[in-house]
Order: sequence, then C-alpha cells, then structure tokens
Amino acid sequence: MLELRGATYRYAGYARPVLHGVDLALRDGEIVGLVGGNDAGKSTICLVASGLAPLSIGGELRGEVLIDGAPMAGLSVHALAQRVVIGFQNPATQRSGVAATVFEEVALGPMNLGLPVAETLARARRALATLRIEHLADRDPARLSGGQGQLVAIASLLAMGARHVLLDEPTAQLDPEGSNLVAAALRDLAATGAALLIVEHRTDLLDGLCDRVAVVDGGRVVLDGPAAATLEDPRLESWGVLAPARGRLARALAARDLPGMAALGWPA
Amino acid sequence: MTAAAGFGAPGAGTSAAAPAIELESLVHVYPEGTRALVGVDLRVAAGEAVAIIGQNGSGKSTLVRHLNGLLRPTEGVVRVDGRDTEGIRVARLAAVVGLAFQDPDRQIFAGRVRTEVAFGPRNLGVRGPALDRAVADALAAVGLADAADANPYDLGYSRRKLLAIASVLAMRTPIVILDEPTTGQDLRGAARVQAIVRGLLAEGRTVLAVSHDMRFVAETFRRVVVMREGRIVLDGTPEQVFAETAWPVLASTHLEAPLPARVGARLGLGSTPTEAALVEALVTARG
Repeated sequence: MLELRGATYRYAGYARPVLHGVDLALRDGEIVGLVGGNDAGKSTICLVASGLAPLSIGGELRGEVLIDGAPMAGLSVHALAQRVVIGFQNPATQRSGVAATVFEEVALGPMNLGLPVAETLARARRALATLRIEHLADRDPARLSGGQGQLVAIASLLAMGARHVLLDEPTAQLDPEGSNLVAAALRDLAATGAALLIVEHRTDLLDGLCDRVAVVDGGRVVLDGPAAATLEDPRLESWGVLAPARGRLARALAARDLPGMAALGWPA
Repeated sequence: MTAAAGFGAPGAGTSAAAPAIELESLVHVYPEGTRALVGVDLRVAAGEAVAIIGQNGSGKSTLVRHLNGLLRPTEGVVRVDGRDTEGIRVARLAAVVGLAFQDPDRQIFAGRVRTEVAFGPRNLGVRGPALDRAVADALAAVGLADAADANPYDLGYSRRKLLAIASVLAMRTPIVILDEPTTGQDLRGAARVQAIVRGLLAEGRTVLAVSHDMRFVAETFRRVVVMREGRIVLDGTPEQVFAETAWPVLASTHLEAPLPARVGARLGLGSTPTEAALVEALVTARG
C-alpha cells in the first residue's frame, strides 16, 4: 500500500507548487492508471510517490506519503529502493551506464540490494524471459533501439522485486506485442500482491489492464474511479486525454445516428 | 518559398525529377555485429508523406539516421535530392534533411529554448531578423511561443519532444524526418504534431515519420512502409497496408490494424483505416 495524502509539492527553484493536495492510494494487488494532459503533474506524482522528490531531487513536500501505513519521510534511499521502484519516461535516464551487457544491466538492481549471487542471476534471467528479450542479453545496453531499451528498463525494475512499482509511460516506444508482454508482466506482478501505478497517454492499454484510473489536471486529481467509468467519462478530452479507440468510435457513430458498437457486433 | 533550396543550386546537376530520397540495397551492420538493415530499397518523391512502421528493433530508426548522414551505409547507396550522400558532409546534409530524434534529450543541449531552436538555422548561416523569424515561427508551430526563455530541462518530457521538433522546423529543410513524434503527447500535442505534418506537406516539403501510433499514421499519411527485421515487407496506402489481406504480414512484425479497420473488415465494408472512413462507409451502406 502506497498512499499520497494531501500531497502538495514544489520543485526546488520554482515559485509555486506543481501538485496541489493530491490524494491517491495504491492498494496491494491493484493496478492504477494515471492519465492527464501534457504537464498536468503525472510524472511529478510518480516522483513524489517514489520518494525521490524531495529525498533525492529536493523541493518542498507538504502532506504525507505513506508506505505500508508508515511515513516515507525518514527512510534511507537504500530502504526505499527495496520497497518502491520507478521507471522513467525516457529509458535512457534510467540506464546505469556502467553495465557492458543487457544481462548485467538487469542484474545490477538486485545486486545492489545485496542479494545472493544465485538469486540475483535467477531474477535477471526471469525478468528477461518474462519480456522475451533473452536474445538481447549480450548486447550493449547503450546500443538498443528505443523500444528494446524500454523493455530492458522494465526488466530491470521487475528484477528488483519491489512491492510498489511506478511506471511513467512504460509502453510509449513499444510495438503492440511489446506492450502486451509488459501488460501481462504487470498483471502477474499485481497478482502477487504488488501495488502498481502506470502513467500512460495510450488509454487503450489501460482499458482492461487497470482496476482504477485517475485523471490529473493542473496538479490536482480531478477524477478517480473504476477504470471503465473513468475511461468512458465524457470530460476526458477537456482534460487533454485521448479516450480509448472504442469510445471514440462509439461517439463518431452516434454523431451520425449510426447503430452503436454493440449493434455492429463489436466486440464479438 | 519557405523551404531551403537543397542541393539543387544552378549547375549542381540535380534534376527536378530526382526523388527526394532514394535507398538502393541499403545494408547497415552495427559495429558489434547487429544487422539492422539487410537490403532496403525505397524511393520517396519530393512532397510525399511516408510513415514507417514495424516492430521494435526492425530497423526504422537506423533507416532514417542514414538520411542525414548520422549513419553511413555498410553496403548500398543513399541518395538525397538526387545526390549520393557518400562524401557529403553531415553539415551540408543538414541543410536538406532535418531529423527530430526519438529521444529529445539526445538532441537538446542549450540552456534556453530560444537558443536551442536558433542553433540549427544559425549553423546554416541565417542571421538577424530572418533568424528571429525562423525561431518564432517554429516555436509557434509547436505551441512553445510562451516558453522561449525557459530552460529546456524545466519543460516536461512532452514539451521537450515538441522543442526537438521545433529545432528541426526552424531549419526549414526540404526534407523533414520525425522519429516517434507523438510519443508522450496528450490529445492536443498529438493534434499539433498532425497539424505540423499537414502544414509541411502544404508547403511541398517531404515528410518521413517513424511511428507506433497507428491512428496518427492512418489519419496523416498517404503512404505507409512496413518494416520487419531490417527489410521493407509492405509499402502502400493506409487502405492497402491496413486491409484485412495484409493483417498476417502486420502480425508478423507485431503490429495490428487500427480499430476502425478491424471493425470495417468485420462488417464487410472493405478497408476503413480511420474513424472517418468507417463512418462514411456505414453511412453509404445504410443508403
């Protein structure tokens, strides 16, 4: 369980906060989607939920961030890394820069947690297999395609085995198969009781993956509800969010007095 | 005339009929042995808009990086505006081909947005009011006019992507290449990118985009090239590439036709890659 309570956050050097009284709870075993327009505050929510803001990047946080019911403030970076991991929007930001191969890159996280060698290697192998990128194991992590780099970044997070996982646009550069593999891996992770937060512009991916979807606008959570209800909310576009393809098509049909999706026999 | 003149200066020996881009048997092998392109032939006419799609690691980005000289062919020929790029310096190619990277942070280095956008045209010798205008136009096109004096790294990822596109627009190259331009963009940002591509085409410029965003591809481009394992496996209009008969090839490179195409095929309405096409087909069918 990871919980933001009335979180108001201002970056160092900024005159005003970018988050205003954010309440957001990630329950164990739950996948929560976070959507919103450009610069609405989605990535900042990830940084605050991860503890990196303010612990690592400074700034001022008011309100509370609780991890398994206890305040996050006061935990060391090492203690935090065991319990919550964050995947950045740009996989290159996350790459260690010290690993010569993809396998080493993925093994680096568990190794840094001080796990036994056998466990470290097993976790790295399992993470690569989960995303079907074993064939990249010997490649130089700095010389991958954008999508391959993103899969390696996610494998690195999976190998950490944290119970709270925050992902900022994990599939932005992935083809549909890569996106489906990531979605399946996240479902499996949630099934083991982990709490997940996924920031995503591609609402089609969230439809069917998330239990809940929250909308952030202007640094505030303006809607938080069951995934289907949020993704069908007619206000999505006014918040800069592209509705899932199914919903858009349904509206385009209705606008011309055509039969709805169900009448067209969709889905089968 | 807003586009730069390319290599076609008087006496340069290029003809108006030369394709903007011509790849012949292009092979690229990375130093560690990855065979990213294994024989690509492609001709793109001046003023054409082409989307390149395909699975992760299929060679899309490797292909476009040959067009501005960032990568050189291991084998084969790359011609831009009728000229073999072998022996053309990157600085000279930059006047003809602008490439906005997939990862904006590989491209952005200046401390101010305005300086970042001015860098390209300044290198091409643009100065004074013409430079100010090029910068202002490019920032306006991507919606960053109000951020001209910001530090690029104070902008969120989505706006840094738009900044990278602005930097390329400011160079006014006849050929513009956008690598995953809609990634990380919200509804308005994606609409803006679409408007930018349409604006470039209206000015007669050539546009190539690499994308996984099938909706953007189907709605914005009249030609779609599909790649798999370093080869081109399909090349046609969105109607052809997303037609039901092409689905097995799309699936073999981990792609799926957009939802309107799948619904249209199920209803026997032919190939309807966009919402608008599907709605029109239904209206026609209703009679």
